[in-house]
Amino acid sequence: MNGADAWIRIVHCCDIPLREGRAVKVGNREIAIFNLGDRFLAIENRCPHKGGPLADGIVAGSTVVCPLHAWKMSLETGKGANGPSASSCVETFRTRVEGGIVLLEWRDTYKEFEENRDAPMICGQPSGIAAMTDYSSLA
Amino acid sequence: MKKLVVVGNGMAGVACVEQILRHSPKFDITMFGDETHVNYNRILLSSVLAGEKSDDDIVLNGLDWYQRNNIDLRLGVRIVGVDSQAKTVTGDDGSVNSFDKLLLATGSVPLIPSIDEVKKDGVFVFRNLDDTRALLERCRPGLKAVVIGGGLLGLEAARGLQVQGCDVTVVHLMEWLMERQLDTTGGGYLAQKMNRMGITVLLGLSTTAILGNGRVEGVQFKGGGSIPADLVVIAAGIRPNVGLGHEAGLEVKRGIVVNDYMETSQPDIFAVGECVQHNGICYGLVAPLIEQGKVLAATITGNRGPKYEGSVQAAKLKIMGVDVFSAGEIGDKLDGSEVIRYEDPALGIYRKLTLKDGKLAGVILVGDTADSHRYMDWLRTQKDLVPLRRQLLFLAPLEDAGSDIAQMADSETVCGCMGVTKGTIIQAIHEKGVNTLAQLKECTRASTGCGSCSGLCQSLLKAVVPEFAEEVKTTICRCIPYSEGQLRDILRSQQLKSVQEVLEIYGNGTGCEICKPALSYMLDVLWCGDHSEDRSARFINDRVHANIQKDGTFSVVPRIRGGVTSPDELRRIADVADKYQIRMVKITGSQRIDLLGVKKSDLPKVWADLGMPSGQAYTKGVRMVKTCVGTDFCRFGVQDSTSAGTELERRFENLFTPHKVKMGAVGCPRNCAEATVKDIGLVGQDGSWQVVVGGAAGKKVRKADLLVTVESTEQALEAAALFFQYYREGANYLERTYDFVERVGIEKVRKETVYASEVAKQGLLERLRKSKEHSSDAWLERDTLRNPTQFVQIQPLEEVFV
Repeated sequence: MNGADAWIRIVHCCDIPLREGRAVKVGNREIAIFNLGDRFLAIENRCPHKGGPLADGIVAGSTVVCPLHAWKMSLETGKGANGPSASSCVETFRTRVEGGIVLLEWRDTYKEFEENRDAPMICGQPSGIAAMTDYSSLA
Repeated sequence: MKKLVVVGNGMAGVACVEQILRHSPKFDITMFGDETHVNYNRILLSSVLAGEKSDDDIVLNGLDWYQRNNIDLRLGVRIVGVDSQAKTVTGDDGSVNSFDKLLLATGSVPLIPSIDEVKKDGVFVFRNLDDTRALLERCRPGLKAVVIGGGLLGLEAARGLQVQGCDVTVVHLMEWLMERQLDTTGGGYLAQKMNRMGITVLLGLSTTAILGNGRVEGVQFKGGGSIPADLVVIAAGIRPNVGLGHEAGLEVKRGIVVNDYMETSQPDIFAVGECVQHNGICYGLVAPLIEQGKVLAATITGNRGPKYEGSVQAAKLKIMGVDVFSAGEIGDKLDGSEVIRYEDPALGIYRKLTLKDGKLAGVILVGDTADSHRYMDWLRTQKDLVPLRRQLLFLAPLEDAGSDIAQMADSETVCGCMGVTKGTIIQAIHEKGVNTLAQLKECTRASTGCGSCSGLCQSLLKAVVPEFAEEVKTTICRCIPYSEGQLRDILRSQQLKSVQEVLEIYGNGTGCEICKPALSYMLDVLWCGDHSEDRSARFINDRVHANIQKDGTFSVVPRIRGGVTSPDELRRIADVADKYQIRMVKITGSQRIDLLGVKKSDLPKVWADLGMPSGQAYTKGVRMVKTCVGTDFCRFGVQDSTSAGTELERRFENLFTPHKVKMGAVGCPRNCAEATVKDIGLVGQDGSWQVVVGGAAGKKVRKADLLVTVESTEQALEAAALFFQYYREGANYLERTYDFVERVGIEKVRKETVYASEVAKQGLLERLRKSKEHSSDAWLERDTLRNPTQFVQIQPLEEVFV
């Protein structure tokens, strides 16, 4: 069922409280999914600063603030959104909602990620390209 | 001395008399008021309705003022007749008084639209203090209130009723709110803000009847629709109260007609305020009345000089958080005018300037009225704006308030209600020795109207009076432009109970990691924990009741009150450490035991196995009380510090505080448990306890200040409780006691805690008791999870094969 580039059913919408994030392990990746009320956004659950769990951060608009040292990352673009984090970024993942369930786009290329973990990431061009989340079907 | 009779004891009449008193010759003055109250600030009635101010707070001139100025005040007497030939007035009590000069300041009366069966129990107007009291007596939480009229007064009444707990609907005849002051776009933004506050706005509806048999049950609209109502307030406008003008044979159109010197068509009879019509215009706002009063005072005392040339109409809506300002021409149809607009729908900000011949003709500000005084000055002075064309909508930034004041011209108006200029204020400061806001109000009347200029007045005082100490206005962050003191007032008066609601109404709607936890705390302490807590606004530590570590695991510190444990507890702790492979077990600096490296998903199980309450070592709350061994074993102990410390911890535990609170109790002045460098310390003496506060031994080292010395342990615990609650209510978020005590000053702290009135002390203790009642051991949440995924990592509903 998981061929190249598939949508994975992750979690019931109601299991992520409004304006909070939750971590989920998909394959070999740990991903943080956030409920922004009108949409769900997903980024890598690892702060580019010291690896803090972004899913545990406070949501501020469409950004999340890392609980360890308050680096702020955009949930839409994955880019750093405050002073210290400005030139950093995390990977973003596409999501959509169907029948009350959040789905995550899974690309075949994601699994190679761990092997390249230490390679510098080019901001704005993570392997899961930041893109619009399709939340048209969100009830 | 000639006799001056003033009919009307409202703002216009008294303001004019105040001016007359500055001139000579002097008069023998008699004032009649049909209300039984001394002169009060009518503009603030909505604040009384909202419970923000009491009757006494809005008094402008107390009885002593009338006495001091030898004014014969007749309250509760309505003048019903004027004989302009015989020069007498007749009261409804039958009294006849003669006059040499007569001043009519009869104001206006509520306009009652033609509605069927309007006279019913539960139908109110909102014009004077008695109306307000009657409304306050009637409104109850849950009542359905309908306000007819969506102008300034109607909207303010609606908000007041809502704060009192009513379910409020505003019904407006026109297509948008405040149609006399706003254009349709501005009205749209305003309606949006009212809606967000929970007030329903119905537009373009004409009310035809009040339903119900003797008592209000609903209102009916043209076209047949209706809505239920328990209470109806009619705020559909005002009309000049001109009855006596007719009686006296004056020329009356809509209002009593006056010329540029405020003279009526009869010599020796004058009129001022809302009852007059000047140059075809009847004014219904306070600033023009004040301007008229000044001119009239000169005329009536025979110093006829300055002319009244009409006023620029300006209006400001006085609903906290709904900033609306409008002045001058607002229509788009002004010949040869140009319109400049700015809109930010997300922030709800709308600005519109109407220019004519390079000068300002009108302005509308919604959502941010900080620049209103500058625009008002441009309107009044008809400043040439051509050179400023590129900066018209974006004036000097707010932070730059200091230089903003310096830039203000002396002629610029600071207080629009009372017509007080910057020059007048500076003069009062220099010549009359004014150096507090209260003195400034007394001396110049500035900031006694709507009060919205008080910030500006304070800034002026600060700039000119070297010793003036104002409370520094520091906002929490950029999301919400208020100081914590202001926010506390807002939350209380507007009855706000959720962080998101506060951010949506008063802030940018989103918030951040700085303001969200601060607001969470403020709500918690204000409502004593009796509100629905929004966990998403709190730091992760407060969502899972443990302290996050650098690797994303957590530390667990069970409560060991007073640092006194038992073999049984220690065994359980050891068992837990084994079972969950705790990576480090550490005795903390606070006599507690820390279990480090616990996975989030193990937290509830660890707590259950420990069977001990949360030690709150992860939060801004009551951490612990460190104690020495006291009298049971120690050779030197003179007070039972272990029992006292344990009891202190038990009384305050589970409560949140602005920052962490660490306490200590020692049994003798040797101070083994270091109580004198704790936030609160009990220091045992022979036969007494010293209660000390504001100590620190962290980033900063500070010896605690003595709060009080008392004899019994119970007295010491009560003194600690008074300070503890006082700190909880008064400190800014993330302000430790040592900064708080330094900021406030220990003398003031003493006066407002241990040496406060019995009522104030009981208030503090009662709120503490209530908070305690609503608090509980956070670790019990293991049995009542906030949500199913509070501690566990989500497992995907389907697997990915890598």
